[in-house]
Order: sequence, then structure tokens, then C-alpha cells
Amino acid sequence: MTLRPRARSRGFEALIEWALFICALLSIGTTAGIILVLAIETVAFLREVSIVAFLFGTEWTPLFATPRFGVLPLVAGTTLVSVIAMLVALPMGLLSAIYLSEYAPPRLRRVIKPVLEILAGVPTVVYGYFALLFVTPLLQRFIPGLAGFNALGPGIVMGIMILPLVSSLSEDAMQAVPRGLREGSYALGATRMQTSIRVVVPAAFSGITAACILAASRAIGETMIVAIAAGQQPRLTWNPLVPIETMTAYIVQVSLGDTPQGTIEYRTIFAVGMLLFLGTFLLNLASAWLRERFREEYG
Amino acid sequence: MNSPGQPVRSLAAVAARATRPAADKPAKVRAERLNFYYGDTRALQDISVDIQPNLVTAFIGPSGCGKSTFLRTLNRMNDIIPHTRVEGRVRIDEADIYAPAVDVVALRRRVGMVFQKSNPFPKSIFENIAYGLRINDLAGSRSELAGRVEESLQQAALWDEVKDRLQESALALSGGQQQRLCIARALAVRPEILLMDEPASALDPIATQRIEELIYDLKQAYTIVIVTHNMQQAARVSDFTAFFWLGRLVEYDRTEKIFTNPTEKLTEDYVTGRFG
Amino acid sequence: MRLFVDRAFQVVALAVLCLALMALGALILDVWQDGARRLTWDFLSGFPSRRPENAGIWHALSGSIFVILVTAALAVPVGVAAAIYLEEYGTRSLMAKLIEINIANLAAVPSIIYGLLGLGLFVRGLAMGRSVLAGASTLALLVLPVIILATREALRAVPPSIREASYALGATKWQTVWHQVIPVALPGILTGTILALSRAIGETAPLITIGALTFVAFAPDSIWSPFTVLPIQIFNWVSRPQPAFRANAAAAILVLLALLLTMNAAAIWLRDRYQKKLT
Repeated sequence: MTLRPRARSRGFEALIEWALFICALLSIGTTAGIILVLAIETVAFLREVSIVAFLFGTEWTPLFATPRFGVLPLVAGTTLVSVIAMLVALPMGLLSAIYLSEYAPPRLRRVIKPVLEILAGVPTVVYGYFALLFVTPLLQRFIPGLAGFNALGPGIVMGIMILPLVSSLSEDAMQAVPRGLREGSYALGATRMQTSIRVVVPAAFSGITAACILAASRAIGETMIVAIAAGQQPRLTWNPLVPIETMTAYIVQVSLGDTPQGTIEYRTIFAVGMLLFLGTFLLNLASAWLRERFREEYG
Repeated sequence: MNSPGQPVRSLAAVAARATRPAADKPAKVRAERLNFYYGDTRALQDISVDIQPNLVTAFIGPSGCGKSTFLRTLNRMNDIIPHTRVEGRVRIDEADIYAPAVDVVALRRRVGMVFQKSNPFPKSIFENIAYGLRINDLAGSRSELAGRVEESLQQAALWDEVKDRLQESALALSGGQQQRLCIARALAVRPEILLMDEPASALDPIATQRIEELIYDLKQAYTIVIVTHNMQQAARVSDFTAFFWLGRLVEYDRTEKIFTNPTEKLTEDYVTGRFG
Repeated sequence: MRLFVDRAFQVVALAVLCLALMALGALILDVWQDGARRLTWDFLSGFPSRRPENAGIWHALSGSIFVILVTAALAVPVGVAAAIYLEEYGTRSLMAKLIEINIANLAAVPSIIYGLLGLGLFVRGLAMGRSVLAGASTLALLVLPVIILATREALRAVPPSIREASYALGATKWQTVWHQVIPVALPGILTGTILALSRAIGETAPLITIGALTFVAFAPDSIWSPFTVLPIQIFNWVSRPQPAFRANAAAAILVLLALLLTMNAAAIWLRDRYQKKLT
């Protein structure tokens, strides 16, 4: 019996594996590319603007004659809209998750879940249209002082967009909680609501928290809804009724213009982008860590 | 002597006594002090056995005793599982198959395998057989390919049942037919040795009988090693039987001797059903 | 009393769900009311104009389709190859684990960051300019993690017994992957790919950032030409104060949603056929 290797096919196999590996490595290249591109321009930016002035300054007017580069107004705008979105998405998403996980009969689940998927799949530019031309006018009928561009309308719409994310991830977390825990609670005479709220949700807590953090990360990084409906006036305020500007909308604003490469205005979008990337990256990390811990608890 | 409940102190001594029957031909497959590890756990301990050509050798023993693991070392199918380690030697025709320069792919063509649960490819009956021929460059023209496919199906006693529907999906066959298809598929590449891991355990008695008849016919041309948890099957089908227990080879001898007059008490307890 | 609270809770939860679904209904209704009457053949085949009644979307529609096709051509082979490596070749090595974590993270990076990457790398760095190629490359990087994850799922669903049977016949790893694993996984891969591309077709922010122009008034004729896409045209029209443009935006939204619906329906149809094949 000859067992000598077939040299030609061995070489071919090695080549294939190498080519596939290069493709897989591309993903690392992407992350490296993002960090590199952002870092290069941010470093150049920070040569002209001190990092303290950038991170703690309260006026953002980079396109004015006397430019100011304090990013706090943009951060405030992003935070304001995101908070409103989370105030909508969290309770509604959690309630939906509880309903779908603990109450809904299988037929109803099969109908509702795809519809929630649709909510998540609508392009954000469509949501922006909805926020500007339907939600804000609707709100203006009840809140007379509401400006045409504001944080409230897009915040609410963003909340609706994020709701499916909170709902499905929380539902997954609750489904992973073993039946035994629920049965123990029922056996003691608890109602479904009491079991859901007092047993299942606490047991799924880290999974649910991971879902919320991921949703917050999504809200912060969202662009089109706020670019269309929130305004282009950077303002350090907690007032949801006036125009503001978010970090993402600022990047869009500058990109729409014709800013030449190498100018400080061009660099500002990368500096803001770097801040955005770091913020969402930390949130994603926290969410992933929590999800790992949750998986360890419940296999 | 040892009985099942007690810790095995002198099992090593027992294994050393495992007889090798007088060989009229040189052993086709020879294991020399084979040890096998899953990670840090030793699954096979000091296995030494000579498997005779053109005969049927059965591996018997309770669940988890290592007989399937040992079977898979004979065609290096365990290489696919991560974190496994082999110590010792396995020789086929006196060549160590675990030597560094060995082409595993060529080895597996020479040593075929049939699995416990039949696993035909989700393709047509014809393509299931043709696949092995194509990837090993074993058939030149279309007609040669068709000829080899028919030959394998004849050998597996399946030709008459499927000759009119070769292009139909293999998954449409019954369980017994699928297993015979898997046997035909393995035979198509003309191996010298055929390893069968509990080939009939998922089949009804009639299908099982057909497989057993097939094994009897095939041993003229092939060396067959069959793992089975069904002792009656081992007694019916095999010429030699090896009894495994807790990763060791307890006794290896002609089948009649193992089942009527075994040397080791452990063997006797197992074949008489005192434990299983 | 407790049962009453329990009942009330159930009703509230269901009401909340319905509220979310009603929002979706309101959105579709609103868009339909605003834009349905503008859906004419002239609209679909026309080009933009300063007079909203004469404006069409052909430049944007063809741009969208062209960009998505180029994106697919770039992202699908690389994504499937990467997934094959991770699933079939990558052992539990540190490198494979690192790549996995990286892909999971990339899937959650905001899309506008990909736009900045595209701007720095493709438009400026590789001097592709504001071309279809730059846009498609950017979108390809965006959808790559999704395609990789979906392909891995499809590969994982292939029963290991098929691989074992192939190896036992003396097949090499690549022969097994190419002849046995990929054909079985193909419908799942296609489904995941179509879903990933349907997300890409709705993306606006990254393309604005790389400079897909909002005033392009022609259909792109090569991968080097400037372009615009449907979502950007919608954005453009929404940003104009005149109400007549609002109707155009709504109509364009309807076209975009129809496109999405078609792609998703195709993916679902594929997935259903796939289920039948395996059982």
C-alpha cells in the first residue's frame, strides 16, 4: 500500500486555505482601516485645537469666521435624542418582550414577530421623512411651542425604530431562562405577571441590560432621522422642543458641502467621528461582555 | 479473577495475555501499544491487536468502552476531531499510518468506512457513488464511471432495486437501502479494508439480515472490521472477535472461542450477559 | 384582585405592541397618501428637474441598482470565503477567535463611520474619487460582517455526517467543502446575502459621506462615474421646503419600499424552498 502524498494536490489545498485566510483577515483590515483613517485626521486636528477645548468647550462653530471647536453641544444633542429614544424603546420594548415571551400564543407570535422585523427594516431616511412631516406636525398640535426642527419628534421615531431590537434581544434573554424557575413560581401561586416581573426579568437581567446598551449604541450612531428632522443648530441644551444638532448630523452637513481636503473643517468630521466610534465601541464592548456573562449563567 | 464491580487492578496483565491467534497469513492491520487521548483523557490504553486479511473481525464491548474510537484510528478519522492525540503505532501492510509523511487522503481511500447512521449525500443515487470516483480520479470516461457505479451497486446487493432510478435522490430510499448505498459508495473506490461502525443498529431485523449476508459475501475480497453492540450479530457474522472494556483490549480470539469458552472471566461475564 | 392586575398587565402589554405596529401603519399610510399619485411611468423613468411636477427618479433608481450589484460582486465572494475559512478551516486558534470578535464588533459600528472610512480610504487614499466603485466598496465593507455571519449560520446547518462521509472516501478538505458543503448551504447563503443587500440599498449616511452627489442628474454609466442613489434623492427632496417636493419624496419612498419588499420576498421564498429540501 503506497501512502506517499500527492504533491500537486497538497500545494493546491494549501493555496486555497491561504486565499480563504486572506479574505478572513480583511475584517481585521477593516477595523484597522477605520482606526487609522480616524486617527490620522484626528491627530492632525488636535494639532490645531487642544483636546481640552475640543472635549469640554461649549460652543461648536467650526464653519464660522471665528471658529469654536467645543464638541459638547453635539454630544448634548446626540444624548438628548438618544435619551428620548430610549425612554420610548425601553419600556415599550420590554413590555413587548414580556408579552411575546410569557403570554403570547404561538400563532400570535408568528404574526407579530415578522411585523416587528419590518419595523426594524425600514430605511432610516423613511423614518426621517415620517419624523419631519408627520410626527412633528402631530406633536405641534399638542405642544404649541414645538419648533419645526426639534429633538422630540426624531427621538420618538428613533425609539420606534429601536424598539424591535430591545424587544427581540430581551425576549431571547427571557427565553433562555429555564422553565424550572417559572414553574417554581407558579407552584407558589404567583400570577403570570408576578412571575414575569419578579422572577423571569431579574433572572434575565444581564441579558436584558446587554440589549438596552446595544440599543443605546444604535441610537447614538443613527444619522438620517436626526439629519432630516432634528436641525442643524448645535446647542447645549436639554430642551427637546428646539432645534439641535447631533454628531452624526454634523458629519452629514459637512459632507453635503464641498469642503476641501486638508482644511480644519474637513478634519472636524473625523474628530467627531472618532468620538462617535469610541463611544459606540465602548458600549458594544459592554453589551458583549454582559451577554457572555449571561450565556455562562444559562448555558 | 476480576468481576465488573471491582476496580481493575490487573487489567493490564489481562490485556497482555490477550492472545494473538496463529497467523497463516501476515496481519493486514496491526496495532502496537496504541494509546489515544481526547485532550487529557485517555480513551484507549495499550491496544495491541493483529487483524487478519479477508476475514471479518468484530469489536464488542459495552457502550463507551472505546471500540468505535479504536475503529476510527484505523483510518485516521479521529484526526478531524480537535485536541486528540495518538501514541503507539498502527501498521497497515507493515507501513505505519501515523508516520509524518503519510497522505491521509490516500489512506482513507484504501480503508473505507460505513457509519452507524447512514449518511448518503443529498444528491442522486448515481452521484453518491460517482463522487468518490471523481475526487479520486478513478474513472476516465462517462461509460467507465457508469460501469463502476453499477459494479458497486451490484456488490452491495442494491443494483436490482435502484437500477431504474439512479437519478432519483438518495434520501428517498428506505433506511436499509440507504445503508447499502453507503456500503456501495465505500466499495466504489475499491478499498482493501472496510470498517463498519454498528452498520445495522438503526435498521429493522430484515434489513439487518441483508446487511449481514452482504458482509459474509464481501469478506472474500475485503478485510472487514465491524463494531457491534449486538453480541448475537458478532457471533453470527465474524471470524475473530475482540472484546474491549474501559479502553483496553481484554481478549481477542476466534469467535467460537470467545463466545463458548473465553479465557478471561470478564469476557465470560460480558458475553453471558452478567453486565452490559 | 391579583388576577385583575394580571389581566390588566396583559392588556397593557398587548396595547403597547399594537401601538408600535400602528406607528408602522401610520407611516405607510402617510407616505401613500402623500405620494401615490406621483407614481407614474414618467416619474420612474424621468430625471430631476427644478420643477417638482416634472422630476423623475431614474438617475437615482438606476444608481441604486448599479451600486448594489457592484457591492454584491465585491462583498459576496470575500464574505463567503471568509466564512468558509472561519467555519471549516479556522481551528480554535487565537487568530480565528480574534477575527470572530472583530466581525461581531464591526456589525455594530454605526454606518456613518463606514462612510468616513470610505472617504479616507477609497475616495482620497486610493483616489477612486466620488465614483460608483468607491460607494460600492464602502457598502461592501458595511455588509461584509452580515454576510459572513449569515454564511456561517448556513454552513453550520450542514449536518456533520455529510462531511464525515466525504472525508471517509478520501476527499480533501476543499473537495468536501466545494462539492458537498457549499451546495447544501447555498440556499441559506443566498438568503442571508439578499437580506444583507436589502439593508445596503436603504443606506444613506455612508454614501453621503463619501460624496455621492445630491445633484447628479444622470444615470451612472461606469463604475468610475459619479452617482446618486434613491435614499439620497429622497433626502434631497425632503430637505426642500416646497410641499410639491414632499410628494416626490413620498413617491420615491414608495419605490424604495417596493424594491425592499421584492428583495425580502425573494429571500423568504428561497428560505422556504430550502426548508423543504432538507426535510
